[in-house]
Amino acid sequence: MSFRMQESALDPRQAAVDVTLPAGQGWTHELAPGDTFRIVDLEGNQAVDTLFFNSRDVDERYSATETIRAQGNIYLSTGTRLMSSEGRSLLTIVADTCGRHDTLGGACSAESNQVRYALEKKYMHNCRDSFLLALARYGHGMGKRDLPNNINFFMNVPVTPAGELTFADGVSGPGRYVEMRADTEVLVLISNCPQLNNPCNAYNPTPVRLLVWPKG
Amino acid sequence: MTTHLHEMLRGGQAWSRRVARHQRLRLRDVEGRACVSALFYNARDPIERYNMPDTLKAQFIAFLTTGRVLFSDMGRVLCSIVADDCGWHDTISGIGGADAAAARFGEGSYQTLRNEFHRNGRDNLLVELGKHGLGKRDVVSNVNFFVRVAVGDDGALAWIPANSRAGASVELRFEMDTLVVLSNTPHPLDPDARYHPPPVELLLGDGPPAPADDRCRLSRPENGRGFALTEAYAVEMGGRL
Repeated sequence: MSFRMQESALDPRQAAVDVTLPAGQGWTHELAPGDTFRIVDLEGNQAVDTLFFNSRDVDERYSATETIRAQGNIYLSTGTRLMSSEGRSLLTIVADTCGRHDTLGGACSAESNQVRYALEKKYMHNCRDSFLLALARYGHGMGKRDLPNNINFFMNVPVTPAGELTFADGVSGPGRYVEMRADTEVLVLISNCPQLNNPCNAYNPTPVRLLVWPKG
Repeated sequence: MTTHLHEMLRGGQAWSRRVARHQRLRLRDVEGRACVSALFYNARDPIERYNMPDTLKAQFIAFLTTGRVLFSDMGRVLCSIVADDCGWHDTISGIGGADAAAARFGEGSYQTLRNEFHRNGRDNLLVELGKHGLGKRDVVSNVNFFVRVAVGDDGALAWIPANSRAGASVELRFEMDTLVVLSNTPHPLDPDARYHPPPVELLLGDGPPAPADDRCRLSRPENGRGFALTEAYAVEMGGRL
């Protein structure tokens, strides 16, 4: 696949939100229509597990299957409309210097780590725990039912024509970013992935930078 | 094998039922070209449900066939695919809704067509989930039995015609008490512009539990750990899952 590289003209000094999220932490934030949201992979090859909701009706949420069907392709990049369970665009990716992002790999959990690696791995920190804590703090009755399968920004999960699925080394690098414009009122939910058992974070989970520019 | 249920799922029909641990459900594509969209929940605690990414990651696959299992989001095995002469069941391409059905098949209301009206996958799932106190929050990435959507090296999706032939069947052995929700409705990537989903035969019966040398249990070490977690849960639940 030709990776769809697209730079942004926005200046981080003009951003209204500019936070650094360490690995292993969750984050929620509400975007207004027209806001621009950027995730920067500061040190490279860091998976950023992300979900989006219509913040006015959180029953409408990001759908991986609607998104890949709408564009006829499993990889997300510039131009991808991030579709909701109701078939509407929640956000559109407007810039991307990584070029390919995953939406089939889902999030790690204590229980999936037990299955994938060893029963003794249950104690290890994982994305679902970060999601659950972030949703508990956000409130509004949101919880495990509100965790459909997510986007993994900067993660590379190739699928072959024979139907094999693998976790490959990252295609990202230090300073690469993905930027999207909110098409409606959006709740962002992020887990900056703490996974240490596979190459999704190059075995070294690192911080990411999150920026928001209000509609100009 | 004692048969508990033998019925024909008409084209367009939705269905839900609790299926007990160790029971087997066989779906048969009577005429060919069927698409049965399916979701699976822990019947006692439906907050636990089929998890497509965990199923794919554990088995390094992007489709389902014999020897593979369907994982829940809690690391447990909901059911195993013990027989399949179709060969490829999709789990990445989702279900269609009312707008897509109207765009593809034209107006298909109950008022005009009575019970031949154009039911769609998403609405069917919502109706059946509603009977169990579930709803939109519970519609997750599903399985599409008898469907193949291929992924090219560039990531492009391609609908594969004639994936299933008349008489093809797939058999599931349940490892937990499971709420099964089905919709026999056209797949959203099927280019056929005529609404005529074919019937699918359902056969539910008893069967033996997975033996120690079971193909699904042994096909990957991940599956063995999934069975271990499922069996530990059976103990936790006092033997009643």
